Amino acid sequence: MTEMHKDYAAAKMGMWLFLFTEILLFGGLFLLYAAYRHRFVLAFHQAGQALDVVLGGANTVVLITSSLFVALSITALQQGRKVRCQWFLALTILMALVFLVNKYFEWSAKFSHGIYPGSEHLAQLPQGQALFYSLYFAMTGLHGIHVLLGAALLGVVMAFVARDRVRQDDYVLLENAGLYWHLVDLVWIYLFPLFYLIS
Amino acid sequence: MLQAHTNSGGHILGNGFLAFIWAALMVCTAITVLVARVDLGFLNVVAALGVATAKALLVILFFMHLRYENSLLRWMVFMAFVILAICIGFTFFDLAWRP
Repeated sequence: MTEMHKDYAAAKMGMWLFLFTEILLFGGLFLLYAAYRHRFVLAFHQAGQALDVVLGGANTVVLITSSLFVALSITALQQGRKVRCQWFLALTILMALVFLVNKYFEWSAKFSHGIYPGSEHLAQLPQGQALFYSLYFAMTGLHGIHVLLGAALLGVVMAFVARDRVRQDDYVLLENAGLYWHLVDLVWIYLFPLFYLIS
Repeated sequence: MLQAHTNSGGHILGNGFLAFIWAALMVCTAITVLVARVDLGFLNVVAALGVATAKALLVILFFMHLRYENSLLRWMVFMAFVILAICIGFTFFDLAWRP
């Protein structure tokens, strides 16, 4: 009988290499933020006060909790508790949806004040404030896409767990999906204070 | 034998331990929100980034399991962040001394 060889360490290293490109992608945007913040201190301060700390804080709690759930789902599968693993994955995806619904309300409030990418109102604001909002939409938008993709990936893994393609003795795909999800959390850990709190 | 090839060598993080890390992250979030309400000037930025980095370390080391990975992977991740720090740090060497 020939067993297909799977290299666990290489699978995980490959995932980390991909995550490095994600870190540098967001890192470049953080660098842009830092450079413009350095140049327009007061404008960033004023624009930052318009963001909703409660919604931003709630989303921080939601994402950190979702990170806990995905870690618990891995522990459950390692212990051979398949149904428990699936429940925690479902809860993680639910948290991702809660995050996106919050984001929808937050962005809607900004849109109703005429602040959205390319709006006339944004063009009339002082340069520093316009830059702040442009970075805010670009960075939280890119992060939101990552939340959506991460949730979709966890959904696929959940289906694989149901069909035993991911199981107690072969779960590196679940671990890698979890790593991606934690990275999404990691980016938000920096986005939250930089946009919502430093004002 | 199959087991050794296909998983992380059986290292399992306990539910209670994971919940403890979550609680620590929640405490950090509360601290960062509360500190932001006090006007400390430039120290506000330092505090916010310091707490965020502490949270990031908790997520990377425990949730992302890096504390228990082999040293090659640990050094790779460390170097990725060193490169990011060089990228941001050197930009500010330029920016900070520009008239």
